[in-house]
Amino acid sequence: MERAMTLTRGIGFGELVGQRVKTGQLAAVDQNKIELRNFGFHYGAFQAIRNVSMSMPAHRVTAIIGPSGCGKSTLLRSINRMHDATEGARAEGELRLDGINVYDPSVDSVLLRRRVGMVFQRPNPFQLSIFENVAYGLRVLGIRNRKTLAERVEQSLRRAALWDEVKDRLHSSFGTALSGGQQQRLCIARAIATNPEVILMDEPCSALDPIASLKIEDLIYDLREQFTIIIVTHNMQQAARVSDITAFMLMNREKRYGELIESGPTDELFTKPSDKRTEDYISGQFG
Amino acid sequence: MAVRISIRTADYDVEGQMAQQSTPPQWSTGKSPLRHGDVPFRAGTVALASAVVLLVFAVAWMLYTSSQEARTAFGWDLLFGSTWNPVETELNPVSFGGWPAVRGTLLSALIALIIAAPLAVAIGIYLAELCPLALRTPLSFLVELLAAVPSVIYGVWGVFVFVPFFSSTVAEPLSATVGAIVPWFAGPIATGRGLIVTGIILALMILPTIASLTRDVLRLVPNTQREAMLAIGATRWETIWLAVIPYSRAGIIGAIMLGLGRALGETMAATMLVGNTQRISESLFAPATTAASLVANELTNSVGSLHESALISVAFALFGITLFLNFGARLLIWFVERSSRGGRS
Repeated sequence: MERAMTLTRGIGFGELVGQRVKTGQLAAVDQNKIELRNFGFHYGAFQAIRNVSMSMPAHRVTAIIGPSGCGKSTLLRSINRMHDATEGARAEGELRLDGINVYDPSVDSVLLRRRVGMVFQRPNPFQLSIFENVAYGLRVLGIRNRKTLAERVEQSLRRAALWDEVKDRLHSSFGTALSGGQQQRLCIARAIATNPEVILMDEPCSALDPIASLKIEDLIYDLREQFTIIIVTHNMQQAARVSDITAFMLMNREKRYGELIESGPTDELFTKPSDKRTEDYISGQFG
Repeated sequence: MAVRISIRTADYDVEGQMAQQSTPPQWSTGKSPLRHGDVPFRAGTVALASAVVLLVFAVAWMLYTSSQEARTAFGWDLLFGSTWNPVETELNPVSFGGWPAVRGTLLSALIALIIAAPLAVAIGIYLAELCPLALRTPLSFLVELLAAVPSVIYGVWGVFVFVPFFSSTVAEPLSATVGAIVPWFAGPIATGRGLIVTGIILALMILPTIASLTRDVLRLVPNTQREAMLAIGATRWETIWLAVIPYSRAGIIGAIMLGLGRALGETMAATMLVGNTQRISESLFAPATTAASLVANELTNSVGSLHESALISVAFALFGITLFLNFGARLLIWFVERSSRGGRS
């Protein structure tokens, strides 16, 4: 019954299951983009996260914080099914994107990832020119027209605040020859070039110096106008600076799985957390 | 606390200099008690490493001097002449032209490479990227086992199983139809031995070498490259083809070149399958020879010092070809690596 409802309600459902339906209308601001209900994830016999229920609103930055090993990266990567190739990896419960459970057998993970882009912990540009690094995703989408490619590449580099630094050497310089912060912005440009709806960021500043990190943070703040952003970070100040919603995760001491302690508007969570453990963590008493 | 600070400042403020000790401490005497091992270890490794280099030069020198006699008598004909006649008769004077052997070596290795390289790279890709974990180890082991089979076994299998099969099902129908137009496939098929069967068996022999090296090279590609590709909505195939293989291009070329080296120098299986005929025939089905099999066949019963010297010249040529191709491969790898590592413009 509920499934039937989501079928009719879901935005862009057609594309997820392989039909060609015109999509792309921006979601209303306070709509939930991603909803998790009793979501859990296993690697073989090991349960990495358990029983996570939360919402991530559209056009907002949701930060997932917590100490190492609490499952925050696993949670992030399960949104675009990055674990698909890992043997024994298995999800339980529901993780809905625009109302559609992404772990439904009818969902094609490749089409899903075209709507949910990702930026990784370490900048991972391809060993190609700066231009090709951004154009690769567009080529994968089947865009061949040189003019369109050039426009989309410029647009993406501008949005990633990298255009002015690289516009003179788009073709002559390799993506791998840029500085760490520039590489990460290049990876962001690559992720937004294909025009996804959601961008996942897995500790995007952890390999960068403070100034490069601030640039990325500014960028994240600007990008939420167009995208829904989920960011994993171990840096609480960063979460407080960039996010609208914060989720705090912790590893269960006895059972060794990660669980969600609480989630809510960032200012509330940081000023008056409802759980003692959250309070301890954000005040630096453990973790 | 305050007392402690005052003591420390006093330590450093004596005329602004560090205290001089009368005897230098052990770590500044220049005689460390810990490093006896370093000198002999270094000397030993240097000696062993240079021995390898010296050995190559020793072999080259031996080949050079022993082939002197034939080289002064025949010059470049040893490489490019097409008549090989060690025994003088009334009609045919003694002549040592190594071209049939050199050509046979190059052609059979080329055939082997054309067949083996794409197959082996595909096997490597499967083992590294697509194979389920439970199958990966046993399959890799089997592939490596294939590389350990002695070449004489491949030769025996080729002579008794593959050549008869190939002659009746491929060579004969092909020469009867296409053979009239394309000289490569012309008949008649007598024994069935020739360059093409040699090339195919050589392909089987170099297949595991290339496949397992390709697998190793692909496993070295950082996972972040695969993930980057997957995250922009690429399929598994696109990820392998556009991210993994370009990243490991240099290594794959290296693997193929190593296979080529093995195909060029392979002696036993080639001798058993190539037909050992010193004649140049356009047809790949006709019996031919390779440099390695020529030397192996005739050196033990050579009819005189000139014959022996000529055979050593052919060996010298083979040595030169492998060296040259290896050098070319190095250059190619270096070039590919340089163009894909990138640098600031």
